[in-house]
Amino acid sequence: MDIFGIPSQALFGQLLIGLINGSFYALLSLGLAVIFGLLNIINFTHGAQYMMGAFVAYLLLNKLGLGYWPALVVVPLVVGASGVLIERLMLARLYKLDHLYGLLLTFGLALIIQGLFRNEYGSSGLPYNMPEQLRGGQNLGFMFLPNYRVWVIVASVVVCFGTWFIIEKTKLGAYLRAATENPALVQAFGINVPRMITLTYGFGVGLAALAGVMAAPIYQVSPQMGADLIIVVFAVVVIGGMGSILGAILTGFGLGLIEGLTKVFYPEASNTVIFIIMAIVLLIRPAGLFGTQK
Amino acid sequence: MKMKLLSRLVAAGFGLVTAAAAQAQISDGVIKIGILNDQSGLYADIAGPGSTLAAKMAVEDFGAAKKGMKVEVIAGDHQNKPDIGSNIARTWYDVDKVDAIFDVPTSSVALAVSQITREKGKAFLVSGAATSDLTGKACSPNTIHWTYDTWMLANGTGSAIVKTGGDSWFFITADYAFGHALERDTEAVVLKSGGKVLGKVRHPFPGTDFSSFLLQAQASKAKIIGLANAGGDTINSIKQAAEFGIVKGGQNLAGLLVFITDIHGIGLQTAQGLIFTESWYWDLNDASRAFAKRFAAASGGKYPSMVVAGVYSSVLHYLKAVEAAKTDDGTKVIAQMKAMPTDDPLFGKGTIRADGRKIHPAYLVEVKKPSESKGPYDYYKIRATIPAEQAFRPMDQGDCPLVKK
Repeated sequence: MDIFGIPSQALFGQLLIGLINGSFYALLSLGLAVIFGLLNIINFTHGAQYMMGAFVAYLLLNKLGLGYWPALVVVPLVVGASGVLIERLMLARLYKLDHLYGLLLTFGLALIIQGLFRNEYGSSGLPYNMPEQLRGGQNLGFMFLPNYRVWVIVASVVVCFGTWFIIEKTKLGAYLRAATENPALVQAFGINVPRMITLTYGFGVGLAALAGVMAAPIYQVSPQMGADLIIVVFAVVVIGGMGSILGAILTGFGLGLIEGLTKVFYPEASNTVIFIIMAIVLLIRPAGLFGTQK
Repeated sequence: MKMKLLSRLVAAGFGLVTAAAAQAQISDGVIKIGILNDQSGLYADIAGPGSTLAAKMAVEDFGAAKKGMKVEVIAGDHQNKPDIGSNIARTWYDVDKVDAIFDVPTSSVALAVSQITREKGKAFLVSGAATSDLTGKACSPNTIHWTYDTWMLANGTGSAIVKTGGDSWFFITADYAFGHALERDTEAVVLKSGGKVLGKVRHPFPGTDFSSFLLQAQASKAKIIGLANAGGDTINSIKQAAEFGIVKGGQNLAGLLVFITDIHGIGLQTAQGLIFTESWYWDLNDASRAFAKRFAAASGGKYPSMVVAGVYSSVLHYLKAVEAAKTDDGTKVIAQMKAMPTDDPLFGKGTIRADGRKIHPAYLVEVKKPSESKGPYDYYKIRATIPAEQAFRPMDQGDCPLVKK
C-alpha cells in the first residue's frame, strides 16, 4: 500500500526514526525550558553542556574505566556541578540586568568551552562504543530497529515525565514556581530562593549532560555536536512556548516526527522545516503553542 | 618646445624600462602564501591547522632563507561557506597582498576562490577540494588541482567495487557541489562497468543524523550504499550504519571519500574492511614516514592526511617555480609549474597537465582489522596501485576550454 507514493512500510520506519530524534529534542529542550521557563535565563551554553556530557562520559570510560551505566548517573552530577559553579560565580550577578546579558554571557561561555575542547581533541570526534546490553536490534519487518534507539525513547519519556511531574505536581515544584513569580515573598516565608535557583540551573544543565551521554554511542563525540543541535533546540522551546515544560516535551517529539516525514518527501529541506514552522507559529501565536502571554 | 617633448619622451622611456625590470621581481619583496581551509568545523582535522604546519615545513625544506627569498605564511578559516571564503580571498588578494592561496577543502568554496583568483591573476593551488570540475568545465590558467579529485575517487573505488560484484548502488549524497560531483562521477563509472543505480538521496550539509537516509538505502535493497560525503558526515554515516545492521543485513558501504583522520574518529572496530582510494599514505615509504613523524611531533601526535601532504608538495613546487620564473605573478608561476616536472619526497615524480591537473599514482586501500594494527594511525593495507596515467580523467574528456582539441 502506498501513501503519497511512499510504501507504507518505509513511511512507518521513517516515523519511528523521527520519534527517536524527537526524544533527543525533547530531552534537550526540557533542560532549556526548565532554565528559561522557571529562571528566565537564556542559556546558550546548553549545547556546550550537552557536548561536555558526552566528553565526560568518554573520559570516564577511557581514563577511569567507568562504563555507560555508571556514566548515566555520574556525568549529569559532574556537569551539573560545573553548571552550579557558573551560576554562582557569573550568572547570579546578572539577574538585576536585562535578559540579554545572560544570553551574551552564556553564548560567550559556549564559544570558549567549544574552542577549548576542539583545541584539545580536534574536530573529527572520538569513538564511544555502545554498551553490550543494548547492542543489536529487532527486525520489525518494515525496518531493523536498534535496541539502543528504543532505550533512548523509553529513557527520554521517563525523564521528561518525571521532570514535568516534579515541577507541576509536587510541593518542591510549587515552591520553585512561586519563587520565580515572586522571589521576595517566597523568601520571606523562609525558603532559600537563591539556593533553589542555583540547584535548578544545575538540574537543567544535568539534563543536557544526560542527553549528551545518551548521544555519545550514536553520534560522534565531537566538540561541534552541541553547536549543531542548540539552534534546533531553541526553536523547539520557542515553538512550544518559553516557560511551558509540557510544551517543550510535546513539541520536541512532534517536531522530530515532522522532520522525519520531511526527510522522506523532500530531504533537502529537513534542516529548515523546523524554522519554517517556528516562523509560522510565531506569526499566529507569538507566545508559542503552549505558552502563556506574560 | 621640441626639447620639452623629447625630454618627456626620454623620461617616459626610462619609466617603461624600469617598470619592466621591476615586474621581473617579487611583488613587495615578499612571497605571501595564504592557507585557507576549515579550521573549526567538520573538515578541520583533514586539513585545518595541519595544512598551515605542512606549508611552513615546506618553506623550511625549500631553504627560502638561504636563497634570500622572504616567504610569509598566513592562515584563514572559511567555515565551509563560499561567501566567507570569497571574502577572505578578496581581502587577501586586494589588501593583504597575498600572492597565492593553497588548500581550500569544500568544493563550493574552491570553485568561488578559483574564479576570484583568475580575475586577479594570482595563483591557486587546490589540495583539499574534490570536485573534478576544477580541471573540467571550471578550469582556469591560474588554478592547479593537486592531491585528488572526484573522478580519481570514483574510478578507483567505484570500478574496484563493481568488479568484485557490487553492481547495484544507492547513493547518500551531501547536498552541495562536492557531493553532487562525487555522485555524478561515481554513477558514471558504475554504469560504464555494467552496474545499476537504484536510487539516491541528498542530505543537508553538514548533517548529524543519517538514520532516515540509511533506512531508505536499506529499503532499496541495493548491494552497495555509496557515501558521497566526507569528514564528520562520513564518520556519522558509517557509525549509524553499523547500528542499523546494514552490513549484517547483507549490504556493504562504500566510503567514496575517506581520510585517515576519519578512520581515527570511527575506530578500527567499526571501520575495518572499508575499501577506498587515497593518493598518499604516511606508511608508503621512508620519506613519507619521516614527514609523518616530524608532523606528529609538531602537532601533538596527529598524523597527516593526504590533503596535508598535498599542501606540502604544492608549496614546495610553487616556491621552486617562483625561483625559476623570478616572479610571483600568478599566471606566470602557474605556467612555470606546468612546465616543470614535479619531484618531492612525498609524491615522488609527477607532472602537471595543461588543464591544471597534477598526475600521480592512486592507491586502493583497505582498513585493517584491530588485530592487524600495530599502533595509532597504522590503519591501511594497500590493495592496489593505480598508475598515474590511469588514475585521473583523460584530458580530452573534461570539457576544459584551456585544452586544445
